[in-house]
Amino acid sequence: MKKIIKFVIIDILRNKIVLAYTIFLLITSLSVFNLEDNSAKGLLSLLNLILFIVPLVSIIFSTIYIYNSSEFIELLVSQPLERKNIWLSLFFGLAGSMVLAFFIGAGIPILIYEASSTGLMMLIIGCIITIIFVAIAFLTTVNTRDKAKGIGTAILLWLYFALLFDGLVLFILFQFSDYPLEKVVVFISALNPIDLGRILILLRLDVSALMGYTGAVFKDFFGTNLGLLIAFFTLLLWCIIPVGWSVIKFKKKDL
Amino acid sequence: MITISNITKKFGKLAALDDVSINCVSTECIALIGPNGSGKTTLIKSILGMVVPDKGTIQFNNKNIAHNWKYRKHIGYMPQIGKYPENMTIGQIFEMMKSIRNDETISLDEELINEFGLDKLLEKRMGTLSGGTRQKVSASLAFLFNPDVLILDEPTAGLDPVASEILKEKISKEKTKGKLILITSHILSELDDLVTHIIFMQDGKLKFHKPIETLRSETGELKLSKAIANIMLKPTP
Repeated sequence: MKKIIKFVIIDILRNKIVLAYTIFLLITSLSVFNLEDNSAKGLLSLLNLILFIVPLVSIIFSTIYIYNSSEFIELLVSQPLERKNIWLSLFFGLAGSMVLAFFIGAGIPILIYEASSTGLMMLIIGCIITIIFVAIAFLTTVNTRDKAKGIGTAILLWLYFALLFDGLVLFILFQFSDYPLEKVVVFISALNPIDLGRILILLRLDVSALMGYTGAVFKDFFGTNLGLLIAFFTLLLWCIIPVGWSVIKFKKKDL
Repeated sequence: MITISNITKKFGKLAALDDVSINCVSTECIALIGPNGSGKTTLIKSILGMVVPDKGTIQFNNKNIAHNWKYRKHIGYMPQIGKYPENMTIGQIFEMMKSIRNDETISLDEELINEFGLDKLLEKRMGTLSGGTRQKVSASLAFLFNPDVLILDEPTAGLDPVASEILKEKISKEKTKGKLILITSHILSELDDLVTHIIFMQDGKLKFHKPIETLRSETGELKLSKAIANIMLKPTP
């Protein structure tokens, strides 16, 4: 298993797209921190960028990479290797190198300019979001044999998580504004890892006052240690479920 | 050695394999023949675990191959179209396969690599290779680990006459070592002096599995191609 992970990581790190992604993150985070006089403000600007770009690159790059390695996967499957191990090695290799790219690109500037607990939280959430979207990419690719369809699905999924979901939540909130929905919103936010990550960081930045009564409910829930634990557990589930599901599917897949 | 019992595999409505049962013993050198789309490659892929049959079981040395992967270290497989990562060089492919299948107990068989002259091309990237050179890499990989079973899907397609002759020499050499060899090919003339048994498939069904002598005496033809043509033309009873 280690050998395949090693091969995948070497192969990806040679890839120019990942290098470009790392440099892009590095330039944006450095410039954001240098533009704002207050590094907490810088963190807020960076948050929105990260929650937009990181999922996009993670899901699209992973999807394309897996489709392009279909030959490699086919070659490995005919060898004395367990299918589960092949798939998981690919996942760990991809997730590992994407996390590494994020850590170098955004993590190091965060640690230099804002090494507070909030900065650390952002670093952790960025890494988890990366892993989650790599996991979702694995689930997408195992379900569709056609490359164009698979990449299309990946883009739609990203659109859904990054944009459409918030629109839907807003729509529900307005339609049912006569009902006390604050607690329901806490639950709904768990259905989108990007939102969950955003809430966790916003609460630490003390701008939750801007979010009105819902913000207060969020603070009540996610502000406690138990709430934080539940939030991280939910994020963890967002990593494990797509990967686990894709492993089950890959075991039965015809190549 | 390989026992296939009642396997069925459907792709959509099309039954690629329909209730096929075969028993292969080591020392047999089997030609797997049949028209295009008769399920030969699907059968081979099922043995390798690349395709999961809908029904039926496949046993390798009396062990069911479902949820098992260790048995594959006894198999050398040469695919019909060898697909390799484009960015890797030939040398890297060999290194990777060796490290995946590292097993000190087996001696590596690098004869084909040398005879095909691949040892001089180790720096070439797979993406730049011609179809024939790819086939040479596939063939060398199949024989590299000295497996007990060799599965060769259209081994000589795309090879030049010299390489094709080298490969056939190698196959008959391995045959004398008592290995089970499964070959699919459309070029029947080159199987004549190689194979001992014939498996004939049509529309996903097994038509027969017989020693070549039986087939010759039944049809009265000496040439394999004529014998098969004889059977294909005859209306099935």
